[in-house]
This record gives sequence, structure tokens and C-alpha cells, in this order.
Amino acid sequence: MATEFAFPDSAAKAAGAPPEFQTEKMSLSMGPSHPSTHGVLRLQMELDGEILTKCDPVLGYLHRGDEKIAENMTYNQFVPYTDRLDYLAPLANNMAYAIAVERLAKLEVPARCQAIRVITAELARVSSHLMGLGAFGIDTGAWTVFMYCFTEREKLYKLFEELTGARFTTSYARIGGLQRDVPEGWTKNVNAFCDQFLPILDEILGLLTRNKIFMDRSVDIGVISKADAIAYGLTGPNLRGSGVGLDLRKDKPYSGYEQYEFDVPVGTKGDCYDRYLVRGEEMKQSVRIIKQAVAKFPGGDWYAKDARKIFAPPKDKILTSMEELIQNFMIVTEGPQMPAGEVYFEAENPKGALGFYVVSKGGGVPWRLKIRSPSFCNLSILPKVCVGALISDVVSILGSFDFVMGECDR
Amino acid sequence: MAVIPLERKPLTFAERTYLPQIASGLWTTFKRIFQPQVTLSYPEQRPAIPPGYRGVPTLVRDPNGREKCVSCQLCEFVCPPKAIRITPGEIPADQADRAHVEKAPQAFDIDMLRCIYCGLCQEVCPEEAIFLQNQYSLSGYTREEMVNHKDKLYELGGTIPDQHYKWDQKKTAAEHGNTH
Ligand code: SF4
Ligand code: SF4
Repeated sequence: MATEFAFPDSAAKAAGAPPEFQTEKMSLSMGPSHPSTHGVLRLQMELDGEILTKCDPVLGYLHRGDEKIAENMTYNQFVPYTDRLDYLAPLANNMAYAIAVERLAKLEVPARCQAIRVITAELARVSSHLMGLGAFGIDTGAWTVFMYCFTEREKLYKLFEELTGARFTTSYARIGGLQRDVPEGWTKNVNAFCDQFLPILDEILGLLTRNKIFMDRSVDIGVISKADAIAYGLTGPNLRGSGVGLDLRKDKPYSGYEQYEFDVPVGTKGDCYDRYLVRGEEMKQSVRIIKQAVAKFPGGDWYAKDARKIFAPPKDKILTSMEELIQNFMIVTEGPQMPAGEVYFEAENPKGALGFYVVSKGGGVPWRLKIRSPSFCNLSILPKVCVGALISDVVSILGSFDFVMGECDR
Repeated sequence: MAVIPLERKPLTFAERTYLPQIASGLWTTFKRIFQPQVTLSYPEQRPAIPPGYRGVPTLVRDPNGREKCVSCQLCEFVCPPKAIRITPGEIPADQADRAHVEKAPQAFDIDMLRCIYCGLCQEVCPEEAIFLQNQYSLSGYTREEMVNHKDKLYELGGTIPDQHYKWDQKKTAAEHGNTH
């Protein structure tokens, strides 16, 4: 799939120059295992000197056929696979998937469940943006930022571990509820994290925001205009960096996001620096949401109690009562019972809009499950933004995109 | 509630010389020297494992040392990567008090090269017989070594408290003429 772009060819421009300056174009592959391609992305580039004249992203090195796998298992069994989409924010993926299937069943989960999901999704956003920021830091030569980001991320992983039992692959959401309720004192730990995090975030951002070295590598580099950002289907911080104030948490609130107050930061220019600024500010907004959610943390049930064909009954009931035992067996073997129909749901994930399109013919197994992954759509603009950039700027541009190949290739 | 554009203020002359940022950056890193260490000297120091951690899946016995698994194969069914393989069997003849349980696993293998530590087996088990406990950082030299057989699973699992003694209750109930 070669894409042709007309670009002023400096070799042609130099036609008048002595023959020794008229060079051939060079083809170069960057990746699939290159430290700055953040995974297994391969860029096929055509270079004129140091300037790119063509850039074709080659995807698919991490393809696992997740969508097909989903057709062969019950709705709940697929939850661990959603961890492995955007593996830097598994909690947010779990939630997006669960809500999509719940929409299919027209099931409302209780307020406590919604609040837990909001807190976990925002924590996941902070953790994902920390990673994005740290990696962008490394790409532009700032090791310290990466180290500090990782220190903070580690604290978040401690919280995830307490909540779900795993640091990375959380598999926390279930259709109609969660894997388990929050442990004793967990919300207090979340609050404590938020309190200490804001000053440290300022310190980390202080290393970059007005740093001329960093700005030389990011300002006016990889500029995406508003129109282009929309035309190429960009979402998330990459879209907002170009000045489009679209945030699904605001525009199509789900899981009770309408109760929380937060701002949507947008960039003014659409360059790498704007995308960086947007991520920095979004973390602060996420902390704001988390604090509100913790402050009015609702009590009550943490799973949909009346959805008896969807969410398995509590363990002590299963052990003591025949009816619940059978119910448990049915939900596990047949899957949570869904009506026939189809649904598309998009959630505002850290990387952009993660969508699940579920087609059901009834029963506990999806007939078709399509995943719209933000990283995949965001990368579609690479052939456009990279052309005309210096090869060292490509590293910056990739860093500022903050994509994850696990989700891109899925 | 608002969309807030992120303004950028132009750099001052001093900032354009790179120097203030270098100095303040050095100052930030210098301050960090005196903060507590954030790394662990693994494996000498081990991280604290919170309750409910999802480590290696294991089989457990009840406090009377009896096997809890009844070989219903629900965990085998639910396991997304198909890591569990169970061969159902009879209750051994020497365990007369458990004869009414009817089934026990003859073989129970968990392939730890396949297991993704998702915890679904523990979640669905109707007997509270399989638990993901504290072990992590598993390693081995061969593929065969990474398959945990029944003996190994019980050895790893040990005994955990039982609130229900489900089968004892059933027996008592049956003796009183109530089969459910
Ligand atoms: S933890 Fe998950 S993958 Fe591992 S044996 Fe249990 S169900 Fe299978
Ligand atoms: S461990 Fe539990 S779920 Fe698995 S076969 Fe035994 S009783 Fe059934």
C-alpha cells in the first residue's frame, strides 16, 4: 500500500548544483524492533538526505486475532483479552468492553460500580499518560522524566494490585459488575496518591514545559491541522492537541461522567508540543475527577444484583444453595445471556476513542465483535505528517503520538 | 466545565539561552538524591504482596486435610487460554467419609506456560478449591517442568480455612432426609 505524496524534492531543486550534490533517494526501514517505534511498528521511509519524502507505516506484527477469538468464547472470558489491547491502560479497556456489552443487554450497573469504574479508568489514564510522557521524554533525550514518571506509575500499579490482584493485566470488569469490590481503605490510598502526585507532576512537567532543548525538538514539529485531524479520524489527546475539543466523557457521558466537573484541554497549534501539553493537563483533570469520585463514593451494591442471568451470584450462595449453584454453572458455561441485536459503544480511553461493536444473535457468545482501536486510527495520519520532516523529527512525532501496538494490531 | 485552550507564553531571553532550565533541572535531580530510595534490591528484598493477589493457581485442601475439588471441570471450561486439563476420577476407596462426593480429579494439570493468571478459575469454582495465591516469578528449564501436576498443585496450595464444609453439611442434611 504505497502512498504517493508530491513533495518538493530537494534533489530536484538542487538540479542546478554541481553533480556531486545531486543524490539518490534512500529507502530505510525503521522498526519493527526499533527503540523509538514503541513496539513493533515498522516505518518504510524514503529519504532525500535527511528529509522524508515518503513514510509508510507497516502494521500487523502483533496481530493475534482478538476479534476472532472473541467469537469463540463467552462475554466474560474475553475480559482478559481486553487487557492486552492497550496494555498501558487495561482498566479503561475492561470498562469500555463491559459497558459495550451492558448496553447490548440494556443493563444499568449501580452507582457504586460506576464510580469504581470511573476511578479506575482515570487512574489508568494517569498511568498511561505518565508512560506516554516518559517515553516522549526519552525520545527527545530526557531520561530523568522517564524515571520520575515510572516512579509515579509504580505507585499506581501498587494501587491496581491491591484492587485487582494484578499489576498489569487487571481483568477487573465483568459484564454487569466487577471482579470484586474495592478493598478496605483503598479509596483512602487513592486520595493519598492524588495528593502527593500533583506536586510531583508539576516537578516533572517543569523539567520539560519551558525547556528550550525539549521545545526545539517539539515546537512546530509534526503539525496536524484541525481539518486533517478530523479527516483522518484522530481521537484522544492527539485530536485535542490540534484544537478540537472533543471528549466523549463530556459529549456522550457514560458511567456517570456527567456528575464530575472537569475541563477539556485543547492545543492551539497541533504540533508535538501541544500533544505533550494536552497530556500533562489531562492528568491534572483526571486527578480532579478521581478526587470528586472518591469524595462522593456511593455505597450499595457493586454489581447488578437483579441481572441474574448475567452476573454470577456471590460465592457463599453458590456453596450453600442449589439454585445459585446451577445459576453459576449456567453463566459460566453458556455465558451471560444477551438479547439479539447489535451495539456500538465508544469510550474515551487514554489513547483516544476505543470502540466495541458487538453483534449478538442472543446467548452468551458474541456473533461478531469489532474493536475500533484509537492507536490504529491515529497512526493513519503518519504518512501525511512525516513527509517533509527530518528523520530525527520522526522520533519526536512518534513519541508525541503515544500509540500502543497491542491495540493497533490487536 | 469547559474547553480550555493551552496557551504558551513566549520564552524569555534568559530561557532562550538554555541555562536556567539546565540549572533548575540539575537542582530538581539534586533534590531527589535526598529522597528515600524507590527501588527494591530484588531478589534479596521482596515486595509486599497484598491480600487477593493473583499468583500461581493452586489447589487447596480443607482444614481436615481433605481434597476440595470435585472435578466438575468448570475451571477447565472457563480458562481462556485452556491451561487446565482435568481427568475426573472416583473418590479413593479409603476415604469412606467422602464417598457421597462421588468425584475427585484423578489428574489435574495446569500448564503454567499457558496460564495468564486471570483468576477466572478461582472465580467460577463452586467448591472454593482452586486459588491463585502468593507465588510469582516461576521459572523452569523445560516445558514439562512448567506443567504443575496435581501433587505439585496441592503442595503449593496447602490448606485454607473453610467457612462452609459444604459436603459435611450435605451429609448431615441427607441424614435428616433433606437432599438439598
Ligand atoms: S488463572 Fe486463568 S489462565 Fe490461569 S489456570 Fe486459572 S483460568 Fe486458566
Ligand atoms: S477446581 Fe473447582 S472448578 Fe475446577 S474442577 Fe475442581 S471443583 Fe471444579
